[in-house]
Amino acid sequence: MNIEISDLHFTYPSGVQALRGISLTIEAGEQVGIVGQNGAGKTTLVRHLNGLLHPTAGEVKIGDWDTRKYSVAKLAARVGYVFQNPDDQLFSRDVRTEVAFGPKNLGYPKEQVEALVSEALEMTELADKTEANPYDLSPTWRKMVAIASVIAMDTPIVIFDEPTTGQDAASVARIANVIRVLRERGKTVITITHDIDFCAENFERVIAMSQGRILLDGKANDVLGQEEILAATYVDPPQLARLGRRLGFKETVRNEEEFLAALKNMSA
Amino acid sequence: MAFVNLTNVTYKYPLTQTPALQNINLRVEEGEFVALIGPNGAGKSTLCYTLAGFVPHFFKGELTGSVEVAGMQTNQSSLHEWVLNAGLVFQNPFNQISGAKYTVFEEIAFGLENIGVPRDEMKVRVEEAMRLTGISDLADRSPYSLSGGQQQRVALTSILVMQPKVLVLDEPTSQLDPIGTREVFGVIRTMAERGMTVIMAEHKVEWIANFADRVIALHEGQILLDGTPREVLTSDILLDKGFGISRYTSVARRARTLGLWKREGLPVTLEEAAEGFKNA
Repeated sequence: MNIEISDLHFTYPSGVQALRGISLTIEAGEQVGIVGQNGAGKTTLVRHLNGLLHPTAGEVKIGDWDTRKYSVAKLAARVGYVFQNPDDQLFSRDVRTEVAFGPKNLGYPKEQVEALVSEALEMTELADKTEANPYDLSPTWRKMVAIASVIAMDTPIVIFDEPTTGQDAASVARIANVIRVLRERGKTVITITHDIDFCAENFERVIAMSQGRILLDGKANDVLGQEEILAATYVDPPQLARLGRRLGFKETVRNEEEFLAALKNMSA
Repeated sequence: MAFVNLTNVTYKYPLTQTPALQNINLRVEEGEFVALIGPNGAGKSTLCYTLAGFVPHFFKGELTGSVEVAGMQTNQSSLHEWVLNAGLVFQNPFNQISGAKYTVFEEIAFGLENIGVPRDEMKVRVEEAMRLTGISDLADRSPYSLSGGQQQRVALTSILVMQPKVLVLDEPTSQLDPIGTREVFGVIRTMAERGMTVIMAEHKVEWIANFADRVIALHEGQILLDGTPREVLTSDILLDKGFGISRYTSVARRARTLGLWKREGLPVTLEEAAEGFKNA
């Protein structure tokens, strides 16, 4: 299911022009990271994908659906959205009920709901916490509950808004693993992040936004190597890309494997 | 006597069995910039609350040992006496913003109003603090109309303006973009150089390595390591315990096993890594 965004403009009622002409195609199964300074329009853009916001001008299509013609509830079958703050989305008394809420609401048969819930709990390493009240869990685990409750809806498109904020190393690795599994299943994953190293290591395509426009859009290695352009949107290239640049690598590297391979080439 | 003294501090939250902090002994000198690292649940936030007097005054529970800042002890002072000793910037700015003020300017002046600072001086201090953290253009906005990153800068500013002797920060840059993070670290470094003592819980290892004087690694409520950023952040003791380590350290460790990193110590900063790999 492709996402087609054409000449999207959005102005908030306060008069702030958050998006100023975004055109973008994201194909089914792509893994896209969105980076850019605070206030660049990243969250405003993704909130158009599940119909939380409607274009002031232009058009957003999820498959053959124009988001203006479908309710948020209908779009929820196509686009899952994990909020930045888990407390904005959790409300059930225990983890299992919370995670089952989405797929139940989408009207899946009982057996399918159970299978999806178990799988989502497994993937997020929550299987031993199913009876807990989400608000008795630490913020790290609440985040995993929020992720599980969206994954369980089995939507073709999944959006993460700043998934690694305030998470420790183990939790970041857990989230990276969830994204890897979604990729293997052919899901489209769109992730807003300030964690550029995380972005480099987990996304094939990267979009850099600034002041309501797309600044760069392309392969992660190409986009994240553009140090001067990224500086305009308050983003530094990833740590290993910067180190590679200092050592005179020709290519931009985005993970330890690429770095070590380039290093071996240099010394060979 | 050091400026901040924690002696045999053990603390249990109400209704819990395991102490969140266990036998913490810590001395911090005036003007030092100390970073606290550790996996979630290690006790970083609890230690921040303890330094800021929220433990025991707000959270209750069971505190033993002594917490002393500038010669005063938390259990012998009230929270309102403590505010000028130690100011806490919360992890989630939404929990810190008062809800009683319509504009960012008033929000930042709120603490000064409460301690009776004269109006003229208040205005000067608020403007100076906003300039320092780069939020002068937000002065007339509502604190609730701001993005997470902007709110986080407001939360920091509203504590800085109080000029506490000890600035305690609990992941103050979690919602900031990368260059915003570097700017905020720069501001905090400047405060330390002006003599403010800084204790900051933080996951962003690269910035800790560049800006802090000293790093304390917490694990399961105890101090595991205490030393310079390089000593602590490159230690093998951190491996497999859920600590974040810098990509520079991690890649150099792998390069070392391939014979591509020849120095004895591992790097924590871009500069150290670039130099070490160049000479390999």
